[in-house]
Amino acid sequence: MSILEMTKISQEFGGLRAVDAVSLSVSPQEIFGIIGPNGAGKTTLFNIITGIYQPTEGQLLFQDRRIDGMAPYDIARLGIGRTFQNIRLFSKLSVLDNVRVGRFGVTRSGFWSGLLGLPGGRREEKETKSRSMELLEMVDLTDKRHEYAENLAYGEQRRLEIARALALNPSLLLLDEPGAGMNAGEKEELMAFIRRIRDQLNLTIILVEHDMNLVMNICERIAVLDYGRKIAEGTPTQVKNDERVIQSYLGVGA
Amino acid sequence: MLDAFLTQTIDAYYLRIMIFIGINIILALGLNLITGVTGQLSMGHAGFMSLGAYTSAILSTQLDAPFALALLGGALMAAFFGFLIGIPTLRLEGDYLAMVTIGFAEIIRVFFLNFGPGGKAVGLSGIPQETGFTVVWLLVIAVIFLNRQLLNSRVGRSLYAIRENEIAAEACGVNTTRMKVLAFTVGSLLGGLGGGLYSHYMYYINPQDFGFMKSIELLNMVVLGGLGSIPGTVIGVIILTILPEMLRIVDEYRLLFYGALLVILMIFRPNGLLGDVRVYDIRKWWDKRRVKE
Repeated sequence: MSILEMTKISQEFGGLRAVDAVSLSVSPQEIFGIIGPNGAGKTTLFNIITGIYQPTEGQLLFQDRRIDGMAPYDIARLGIGRTFQNIRLFSKLSVLDNVRVGRFGVTRSGFWSGLLGLPGGRREEKETKSRSMELLEMVDLTDKRHEYAENLAYGEQRRLEIARALALNPSLLLLDEPGAGMNAGEKEELMAFIRRIRDQLNLTIILVEHDMNLVMNICERIAVLDYGRKIAEGTPTQVKNDERVIQSYLGVGA
Repeated sequence: MLDAFLTQTIDAYYLRIMIFIGINIILALGLNLITGVTGQLSMGHAGFMSLGAYTSAILSTQLDAPFALALLGGALMAAFFGFLIGIPTLRLEGDYLAMVTIGFAEIIRVFFLNFGPGGKAVGLSGIPQETGFTVVWLLVIAVIFLNRQLLNSRVGRSLYAIRENEIAAEACGVNTTRMKVLAFTVGSLLGGLGGGLYSHYMYYINPQDFGFMKSIELLNMVVLGGLGSIPGTVIGVIILTILPEMLRIVDEYRLLFYGALLVILMIFRPNGLLGDVRVYDIRKWWDKRRVKE
């Protein structure tokens, strides 16, 4: 059984075919990597999964439920969390509030409850706060909880984005270049962190990444995209030795 | 009772300014919710104000409705129109939304210019003066309190999130269109409430009271005080309501000074006076200073 099942998904922008009949199947609690040269359609694939784009063709199943055509916020509520390639934090909100907004999709109290401070809403607020604090602890940002998100260092911002995505209690987490801009030591930590949250929270993780060392180390399976097409899929070793992958991405002699 | 006492002890001129400050706070907090908190640039807040002003005035003068009911009617009318135009327009962003809101306010103005029961261009007079210091400031306190409650709640945080980054907000499960319409409706309701208070203070209203300049004046208050901040908005209102009065000394150069002060303030405090100041920041700054000493 797979948690995410993508069948012949295509995405066209005007005349450009950014994603061309890609099929993927991701199993529960797998760490799945998507790699490929710039412009291969990796981020587009993420945007399709999270509902930002409606695919031109194909079908998308999440936990056996069709999600293509659904709005992004509804998809998020089903339990798909994500981070962004170009970090998208709520800059002028505190670190804690960033994570609290992340709880929006799994909490319920509405306008009147907030306005009048009804007991149900207050209880939920307490829970939201304690859960958010737990997540901040996990990403080691507890001390910075009152700072504006924009005042965090780059690596901290990346971690905060992950904490915010985890606040949704997702069963599927999409990480778009989580290692971008990190040094070797930080990447080492990141890999350990990704494995840890997968085990602790029973997550399925799909990540897009350019750092081959990171991808090969952490991913159990990898799909390679080139010009919107899937040119290979398999374990790191299989992908590393694939003729077409070497030709179009890894480079001869790599 | 309090009103009677105040009219005896306080100079009528100052009392008038204080009442205007109160009315402006209610109006500006409505706009703050739309533009400051949710980040949707509205340049037609006076349109909602006039809907509230006219609706409540007509309810009072022609249907003899009690004051509370007239105020409520005006506020609900404004909220209804806020909701109605919010649905199609809040899919627009930034400049486009600003243009639509300007257009909407103009339509409302021209409508009242030709609206028989509203006295057309002559305006509507003989509105009972029900608005007093007590009513206004009790409402101000209630509005500030409820605003605070809302902004500290789940829904309120999602409104800030929309201002900060819409795509990220959606990825957190926020239905951004719905929340924007909500903010617009509540903001318009406050606009209508302020309008009702205004018309029942002035005896007389006419469509020119609610022109484009009024919208801009309200926007100035929110921006000057600090977008999204309740204390900021209150301070912005106080400054921009009192400033023109104080500038009466310089007589015909009044508007020149008013404009120059706005420019200077925006250069030194681009986020508004209190736009990015929180109790936490003040405490941190204070602690740092103490350590230095």
